[in-house]
Amino acid sequence: MSIESNRLSPKQYAHNFADFHPPFETHDAALVEANRCLFCYDAPCIKACPTSINVPKFIKQITTDNIKGSAHTIFLSNIMGAGCGKVCPVEKLCEGSCVFNLMDEPPIPIAKLQRYSTEIAMKKDWKLFTRKVTPEGLKAKKVAIIGAGPAGLSCAHMLSREGVDVTIFEKDEKAGGLMTYGIAAYKVTPAFCADEVRYILSIGGINIKYGQELGRNLRLDIMQKDYDAVYVSIGVGLARQLDIEGEELEGVIDAISFIYDIRSKGFSKVPVGDRVAVIGMGMTAIDAATQARRLGAKEVTILYRRTQEEMPCTEVELDIAKLDGCKIIWLAAPKEIIGVNGKVHSLIADVMELDTPDETGRRAPLKTGRQIVLEVDMIIKAAGQMPFESLITENDFENLRGKIVSNNTATNLEGIFAGGDCVNGGKEVVDAVQAGKDGAAAILLYISQQ
Amino acid sequence: MRKRHLEKRITMADLSSNFLGIKSPNPFWLASAPPTDKKVNVLRAFEAGWGGVVWKTLGSQVKNVSSRYSAINYGGQKVMGFNNIELISDRPLDINLREIEECLRLFPDRAMIVSLMADNDKASWHELIKKVEDTGAHGLELNFGCPHGMTERGMGAAVGQDPEIARMVVDWVMEKATIPVITKLTPNVHSVVPTAQAVVEAGTNALSLINTIQSVTGVYLETLVPNPYVAGKSVFGGYCGPAVKPIALKFLTTIAQDNVTKSVPVSGIGGISTWKDAVEFLLLGASNVQVCTAAMKHGFRIIEDMCEGMNNWMDDRGFIKLDDFIGRSVNNITHWEDLDINYHHIAHINQDKCIHCGLCYIACEDTSHQSIDLAYGKPYNTYTIKEEECVGCNLCQLMCPVNDCITMQEHRVAPEYLNWKQFKERGLPLNDH
Repeated sequence: MSIESNRLSPKQYAHNFADFHPPFETHDAALVEANRCLFCYDAPCIKACPTSINVPKFIKQITTDNIKGSAHTIFLSNIMGAGCGKVCPVEKLCEGSCVFNLMDEPPIPIAKLQRYSTEIAMKKDWKLFTRKVTPEGLKAKKVAIIGAGPAGLSCAHMLSREGVDVTIFEKDEKAGGLMTYGIAAYKVTPAFCADEVRYILSIGGINIKYGQELGRNLRLDIMQKDYDAVYVSIGVGLARQLDIEGEELEGVIDAISFIYDIRSKGFSKVPVGDRVAVIGMGMTAIDAATQARRLGAKEVTILYRRTQEEMPCTEVELDIAKLDGCKIIWLAAPKEIIGVNGKVHSLIADVMELDTPDETGRRAPLKTGRQIVLEVDMIIKAAGQMPFESLITENDFENLRGKIVSNNTATNLEGIFAGGDCVNGGKEVVDAVQAGKDGAAAILLYISQQ
Repeated sequence: MRKRHLEKRITMADLSSNFLGIKSPNPFWLASAPPTDKKVNVLRAFEAGWGGVVWKTLGSQVKNVSSRYSAINYGGQKVMGFNNIELISDRPLDINLREIEECLRLFPDRAMIVSLMADNDKASWHELIKKVEDTGAHGLELNFGCPHGMTERGMGAAVGQDPEIARMVVDWVMEKATIPVITKLTPNVHSVVPTAQAVVEAGTNALSLINTIQSVTGVYLETLVPNPYVAGKSVFGGYCGPAVKPIALKFLTTIAQDNVTKSVPVSGIGGISTWKDAVEFLLLGASNVQVCTAAMKHGFRIIEDMCEGMNNWMDDRGFIKLDDFIGRSVNNITHWEDLDINYHHIAHINQDKCIHCGLCYIACEDTSHQSIDLAYGKPYNTYTIKEEECVGCNLCQLMCPVNDCITMQEHRVAPEYLNWKQFKERGLPLNDH
């Protein structure tokens, strides 16, 4: 047993990490599904979308051969509509609320149709938005954004549309945040992420400065002076610790950095074990487990301390893991990691059972006293992410265990707004996009009153 | 089981049709059109089970153009309406006549009607009738309906649109014809009745309707040329297919209700695609039906379900033969003045079936009587009828995608029948709603 990189041939990597989402092969194929849409009024799918994309409208526009209008409808509500069509858990959002579910019929494949229109728009490089021209004699307003993730990009685009000059400070080398660095590469390929960012920025008026990190080479108080407003969208990123013995052993890594490495270094350069245990059952756990398999791990086991009933990921996600050959062990909580020569050798897990529901209906996992032992050489921790608490506190943000407290996106600091994961503690990309829109709206109001 | 099977056999309906003594195993004929242009098609149709054909119109040989068809698609479905600019048969007359004879010989139990459109003089008509009768064909159909190409030459719809010209031509035909004559009417008039009356008075044995409706199906948005496209130009064509059925049924009913024209049998034509369509034509007075567009879209195999569907419906209703229900709905179409004003019904939404699509609500709210209440929910709103506001127009029910979710429930204003005339006589208040 060993942890190795370069396990597969380039062809195998390409196959394993090819785009997971099949497109409609033809316009006719898209039309078959688009024509099924009932064009609901005050549609449940709109309400279920955090960015409130006018789904019936964009689908109707496909049927009328108005693809440009369709893409505009999507991007108007969600500038990352193309990527969200790939990464959104649509089964619990738009598609999950489609009225066809109530007829026991398959819902409209909203995400696939959304990808259809947006990908044509990106491929043809349609200029769907223009910047408002600043009247002569007036100076364009300047806004700084920290973090070029979905919230930051969404905020930047909306501000730019209104004629604001935007500068984004990004700590990494690429924009896109979670989309670029935090999601399985087969769901959104690196090439797609780069293209999506390029397309968003094509509106102009948005300048991204890379390698700029708050607390390292970036100071909030200076930005506060240099800009009319600042939007903080730095996300979350610290992996939650397991707090068990053996966590420091070689071979224990966190899912965030594992996925980050896959996204930033190239598939062949990321080492993976023969037998891997993944702790957790959220989206990130699934992305880590499936990608470990796709990198060539011989056996991947996901452990979750509750049951399928309580799992945070969706059924669709679970199915991906199962189809990738990952094993699932329900009701198992990590107890101790045993090492040999400083390296992971095995994982001892407590077998759990669920308590009777408390007044909120939640059933706490309890130890049964029994244990299982898994022989593994790599353990990936995906038990959740935590905010950058010390950074937040150092910068005097009012916060709740590291999550910035905001009032309609305004923080306690004058002229500084915040949104996305650093406020909500970590949600979907689509939630961050909406947060960016809300932030832009609040900033526009704020700077108009200056 | 055995007994039930036996009962089923005993009650099996008889689909056979007798139209002016022309017998066919079922009431489905193929209309005069490209599917009945030549022997190869007609033999395939007979093999598939069609009861008869009306052979594509014979007359002076013509030349056709390319393209010839265009269509209207709707909601992802192809060919809701169909348009053609093809003329009458462009094949030599002698070949057509020889092939008609061969088809008659191979399928003696099927109806063979030949559509005719002679040049506009008596001698031409007489000559053509003689030749066709010599084939042994069972009947003639006079094409007074073709709306394009032939009208410019004073034929087709040009004859059917003028009752006196139509009367004259039928006079000529009846002097010569020894087999039954059906006159086919054009719908490109405000009413088919004047021409129908004229040709019935002139002695036609039967009527058929409708022919196609003059139309422009659309314009190509790239070239800005309407379709069908012929070297950068187009012409008005003849519209048919499912879209024209309601218009055909209306014209058919006016014929079935007119004292002069109801004396002759009618062959119903216009957008018939299914057995249900055919039953509706028969209920409104047609003795049989003719089909074209549906066959052009799907091929002759559609005859199977047309027969089986009609048969099962007749069995379910207890009708033994076609005459048991032909014309049964004619008197259910009345004058507006005779409608019962005291009849009132109100929509009801079955909440168990509702899928919360809101289509009933937005239709009523934006375009009708604001009679549906929306209770906001996330993601599903709840919609209920405001019974005191509902005028019973049916709009919500028509828009609802779920069968039997919205039903119209009877709430009579008063038990007795009351028409508009009586309403006025009694001086009842108008603005009670």
